[in-house]
Amino acid sequence: MTKDSFNQFSGSEDYVTSEPLENAVNVSIALGRPLLIRGEAGTGKTLLAHSIARGLEKKLFTWNVKSTTKAQEGLYVYDTVQRLNDSRFGDKDISDIKQYIKLGKLGQAFIAPEQVVLLIDEVDKADIEFPNDLLNELDEMSFYIPETNETISAIHRPITVVTSNAEKELPDAFLRRCIFHYIEFPTPELMEEIVRVHFPDIKDSLLSEALKAFYALRKIDDFRKKPSTSELIDWIRALIAGGIPHENVSKQIPFVGTLLKKESDYDYFVNNFVIRRR
Amino acid sequence: MFTDFFYILRQNKVPVSLVEWMTLMEALAKGHIKNLDEFYFLARAILVKSEAYYDQYDIAFQQYFQGVEAPEEIAEQVLDWLKDPLSRLFLSEEEQAKFESMDFDELIKELEKRLEEQTGQHDGGGHWIGRGGTSPFGHSGYHPAGIRIGGQPGGRHAVQIAQERRFKNYRSDLTLDVRQIGMALKKLRQLRRTGLEDELDLEGTIKATAKNAGDLDFIWQRSRKNTVKLLLLMDVGGSMEPFAMLCSQLFSAAHSSTHFKDFQYYYFHNCIYDYLYKDVEREDAVSTVHLLHTLEPDYKLLLVGDARMGPWELTERYGAINYYERNEIPGILWLKRIRDHFSHCVWLNPDDPRFWIHATVQMIGKLFPMYSLTLGGLEEAVGKLVVAK
Repeated sequence: MTKDSFNQFSGSEDYVTSEPLENAVNVSIALGRPLLIRGEAGTGKTLLAHSIARGLEKKLFTWNVKSTTKAQEGLYVYDTVQRLNDSRFGDKDISDIKQYIKLGKLGQAFIAPEQVVLLIDEVDKADIEFPNDLLNELDEMSFYIPETNETISAIHRPITVVTSNAEKELPDAFLRRCIFHYIEFPTPELMEEIVRVHFPDIKDSLLSEALKAFYALRKIDDFRKKPSTSELIDWIRALIAGGIPHENVSKQIPFVGTLLKKESDYDYFVNNFVIRRR
Repeated sequence: MFTDFFYILRQNKVPVSLVEWMTLMEALAKGHIKNLDEFYFLARAILVKSEAYYDQYDIAFQQYFQGVEAPEEIAEQVLDWLKDPLSRLFLSEEEQAKFESMDFDELIKELEKRLEEQTGQHDGGGHWIGRGGTSPFGHSGYHPAGIRIGGQPGGRHAVQIAQERRFKNYRSDLTLDVRQIGMALKKLRQLRRTGLEDELDLEGTIKATAKNAGDLDFIWQRSRKNTVKLLLLMDVGGSMEPFAMLCSQLFSAAHSSTHFKDFQYYYFHNCIYDYLYKDVEREDAVSTVHLLHTLEPDYKLLLVGDARMGPWELTERYGAINYYERNEIPGILWLKRIRDHFSHCVWLNPDDPRFWIHATVQMIGKLFPMYSLTLGGLEEAVGKLVVAK
């Protein structure tokens, strides 16, 4: 493998990366191993996969994992209910099981004619055994469908990005097969860059005031959910739309509801800061 | 190559396995690394699977590369040379034994020979050649002379990044494996049918279809989800020391899956006062008030402790065993506040119930339903946690 093909990913226009992150992405591509991304909410874990897809001009398959998601669903679903239903009318040939096998996101990514980016989003939402059930499939990038006696194997190993909010510990066997990267919360300098990507024309005074207020709020430990990047972006959008005088931003923190999403946090803020100030 | 780094990582309690190590070797062999900085990040991405271990990784990295002033670029031939000894990682047990039986002089001789070869290969010392990992046995790096480093310092190096130890706060030194605890407490699972009716009720469907004279009639039901949030507070140190294994064994005994909506755990020593601790060493403190403020009352509270202490630790202002805690509110009142906050709580006591006549055990037993930390006791306790207090 040459150096050039190794240094593939270097962010995309609307996504600011750091060098360690780029390295991790490229290593995972080169070695064909899933990249496990962890980090605080709103640090752009999910967006990373989108950015890789855009940056490398590949198609993106997103598998959103929910608490009820079974590993099997990512591979394929055998729609027995549909088949049973069809059997009542006899207008379809129900002996052809193939038509009732629907490939899940993983399956679709495997059979794609070109290399794709596969995002397994919030893998920790599912059952604690979920990642274990995917070990073999992610290792060998193939799986077997007993109903049709078929083996689906990846034509090109998809670039696999797995995100986790660390709600649950992931099994060691799964971790061993992954490349891991923890996205730190952006420093104010990096955050400035990120905000500028979203708002290229933002005034310096507004940006610095907003960041000042934002990082001050993040320092308060008593919030159940600290404001994160996506909240900051929304807030700045609100500030621009509202035409708030820049010098008032960090003093008054208008539209604080866009930053604090939990009622108790909002109350806490109002009780401790707004009232005291009056 | 770098074999010692592997062991240093293991010494620093970073759970690195051979699988990951071989992945790193594969990456090295493919020539993905130009300098030490890249090595730092690459090795971290491959070897470390949780930010909780980033700090230990930093420490290990420092230990291994101490004093290493990395040259900007590692020359190609060094990379080639790095690739070569990969296969030697597969040490069989005999080889290990052979290595261990080698006497010290022999080892030194072997090492000197190796070092000579290295100088020959990369003279001038302009290139980083790492630490005696070239021994066929991968261990001679124990020799202090293992590091020969030259090159121009300059720029920000990986070792410096490691020295910053920015990930100190992500550490989570635990005596028990969190995953195992989670698994063991599966009995606490409280499945509720919530959400949309999206699950086929097979029996209902068969019944309805039969009633419908064989024409399909689907019956749907809500799927079951676990709604339990768990808070675990553990007494550690002192009189709890003998039970550490017991707790660990119990917690690792269970095997089937479970997942709580949320699971939090904190430590304390003897009694709870103004602070609870995230680590066993009780250094990372969290204010109890803050915890009560941020945790909803529907958390199931599981306290583990022997509840044995000096009566004053429970009843007196400034009674805390740690003199510097200077608690204004006596421990018993803290416990009462905690009990009043949570709607479901139990106390698991690893001590033999014969000793529960102790004054403080009695007092705490009046606040919390107390069960012995045995399988049976746990079952009862879990039963209690499922119903209201």
